[in-house]
Amino acid sequence: MNLSFFDQFTSPCLLGIPLILISMLFPTLLLPTPTSRWITNRLSTLQSWLLCLITKQLMIPLNKKGHKWALILTSLMMFLLMINLLGLLPYTFTPTTQLSMNMALAFPLWLATLLTGLRNQPSISLGHLLPEGTPTLLIPALIMIETTSLLIRPLALGVRLTANLTAGHLLIQLISTATITLLPIMPTVSILTTTILLLLTLLEVAVAMIQAYVFVLLLSLYLQENI
Amino acid sequence: GPLPERRLMDVRLGELPAWLATRDFSPQGLLGGLQKAWSSYYDKYINVKRGGPAGISMLLAGYCLLSYGWNYQHIRCHRWRKYH
Repeated sequence: MNLSFFDQFTSPCLLGIPLILISMLFPTLLLPTPTSRWITNRLSTLQSWLLCLITKQLMIPLNKKGHKWALILTSLMMFLLMINLLGLLPYTFTPTTQLSMNMALAFPLWLATLLTGLRNQPSISLGHLLPEGTPTLLIPALIMIETTSLLIRPLALGVRLTANLTAGHLLIQLISTATITLLPIMPTVSILTTTILLLLTLLEVAVAMIQAYVFVLLLSLYLQENI
Repeated sequence: GPLPERRLMDVRLGELPAWLATRDFSPQGLLGGLQKAWSSYYDKYINVKRGGPAGISMLLAGYCLLSYGWNYQHIRCHRWRKYH
């Protein structure tokens, strides 16, 4: 009912420039381009290690044709990871709380995997609509269910990311408001709420990383089915 | 050296307007200046042999300050709002 609690999710404008633009471009500063040196600075080494870990994890289940997707999946992963983690700093704006942005990421990529499958191996892609070993009587119902589940995938991808991050930020704001308000009235309860806030912040850091990973993992799974 | 070739830190306070007049304010000039500022920050604090968390932390603190400034109109009325 308190509409103002959602004010943190509107992109603030200064001189007509929305903060979302800066929030989306800022991660590029934190990810240095690798130079041709053998031993780089610590940040570049960390970044290369993380990129190798992510790429290996995502590309192992894919066949050779799927490796063409390595660049887009890894860059998407780094982008989402950076944006989610930066959103946990005070006063910052998280673009991934906006459903528009998450749908804009999820829908075209899901459609690309679907069209790749339908174009290159149509019978195998359509065959995924019917799991093996279903009783004959259930076949029509199951095909309808599987089609619905297929068509709902982009919506689920986008909404999952939005909802998780929005809920987390909202919880942090609610509990911190409670802590500050309770501090002059009941200090002990305020300290208890501070403990909850600390644990919640740790959870949010984990959720930020996990949600980015889940988004890209699901996309790679949809790719595996279709390539 | 002569005024147009000096860096910002080497310009005295009284000479600041004159120095600003010699600067190139076209889009390429501004972009070039931004690029130069970023590479000097990067080379001084991040691209070093045994860098620590300080380089990135200063960047993140600056980002927080920037976000605060962007939100200032909203944060200004926080005390007087009926519903938070």
